[in-house]
Amino acid sequence: MNLIELNDVSISHVQGSERNTVVHDVNLTVKAGECFGLVGPSGCGKSTLLWVLAGLNPHWSGSINMLDKPLTAGKVFTGDLRRRVQMVFQDPYASLHPKHRLRRALSEPLKLLGYQDIDDRLSEGFKQVGLAENMIDRYPHQLSGGQRQRVAIIRALLLEPKLLLLDEPTSALDMSVQAEILNLLNDLKAKRDLTMVMVSHDPDVVDYMCDHAVTMKAGRIDQEKFYN
Amino acid sequence: MTNNSSLIRIENLKIGLEGGTELVKGIDFSMGRERVALVGESGSGKSLTARSLMGLLPDSLHVQADRFELLGEAVLPYNQRQWNQLRGKQVAMVLQDPKYALNPTQNIGRQVAEPLVLHQSLSKNVRIEKVEHMLDAVGLSNPAQLRKMYPHQLSGGMGQRVMLAIALINDPQFLIADEPTSALDHAVRDQVLELISSLVEERNMGLLLISHDLQQVADYCERVLVMYQGQLIDQLAASELSNASHPYTKTLWSCRPNIDKRGKSLPILNRKQIASLTEGAAR
Repeated sequence: MNLIELNDVSISHVQGSERNTVVHDVNLTVKAGECFGLVGPSGCGKSTLLWVLAGLNPHWSGSINMLDKPLTAGKVFTGDLRRRVQMVFQDPYASLHPKHRLRRALSEPLKLLGYQDIDDRLSEGFKQVGLAENMIDRYPHQLSGGQRQRVAIIRALLLEPKLLLLDEPTSALDMSVQAEILNLLNDLKAKRDLTMVMVSHDPDVVDYMCDHAVTMKAGRIDQEKFYN
Repeated sequence: MTNNSSLIRIENLKIGLEGGTELVKGIDFSMGRERVALVGESGSGKSLTARSLMGLLPDSLHVQADRFELLGEAVLPYNQRQWNQLRGKQVAMVLQDPKYALNPTQNIGRQVAEPLVLHQSLSKNVRIEKVEHMLDAVGLSNPAQLRKMYPHQLSGGMGQRVMLAIALINDPQFLIADEPTSALDHAVRDQVLELISSLVEERNMGLLLISHDLQQVADYCERVLVMYQGQLIDQLAASELSNASHPYTKTLWSCRPNIDKRGKSLPILNRKQIASLTEGAAR
């Protein structure tokens, strides 16, 4: 089953009245359960593509199918898609609200969805990513980078996504912490029915993690690679 | 060896917070005109150690040492004016991210010339000549044009080269590079490290290269110091790394992912084991 299908997708950034197309005619499919890698130097359009998949940039053309639903260009995500697609951002220092304790930041989406057993879910999440449960009443600045990235992963996973988008999830982290996070992602992928799309500029990380990867160059797909 | 260990000599360096929490817990090391890597995770105290060597720690931190010598001088009691004489002239530093470390409102030429203005009295023409020569030396083409450009017009790798030019323009004896490549693209990292290492060797300077990626810096240094939670837990020659005996060094050495490790989990730190080891060493 294909979780993502892109046909002739071009993506632009809109600044004022100017339209700057940075990704051109991309065709690709991502199968369910796959770890899919997007590699390339900075500025090649890999993050731009990921932002469209996350519903954060509606300025695209072509056709996109995600989780068996066609997307409409120019429209934000609606309904179930919002929950089923979650993202982990590059910089764990910038992606958690600095003035909210973790409990508040993490329970916000759960409250919105009307869950009753929020505390249980949070402590279960902390256990899954290997963090001590008593950290839940801390502020983000009281955590290390690796711990923060784990919290960002909990946040994404709490909503039981089908598709997890990872934008350079380890490039802000230490090499030893990177190993821990990559192991964690592999474990989670094995345990849950999870598809991952991972952006990275480190070819070693993609070689290690992914089942299928494309290399991008100047907004186009340059090479496609399948790992057995 | 006496000459070789004369640039920095530190014994029992402690850096602590006001409340008594120790962040660097008594480390000893000395180095001369050699290339040394200081490796450790974030929070291990490696940047604090480096900043203390530049006199750049905030007032809220207390520095103590039995011996703290830079170029043969005991610098711990220095005031800001004395530090200013030293910084940028004898000791220089390259920071992590050129996007934040360079002044966005000044052109490159002015920023590279600033150490010259502060430490030497040269005519404007000589300064410009020196700046252009330096920009050329760090591998930037067309220095005359580049002088008039601003940091946002440069790529990360170029910005890092500019920072290196600022650091080296006064021919310092000693360079501290604090994670000089972490903000850069994978492909550019090796180029920048290669450049730093070759310039340092050419000028017969000392280099303290701070990093969390042991494998990457190992090629560019002669000696490696490993820090963990404020302690210096291992020191060895870079050529010895592949048969390091300390478990922490071993893990750092082997935790980098690559295609051969697919399907296997990466080695991670056994923090309890290391904690018991370091406690044993402290006793």
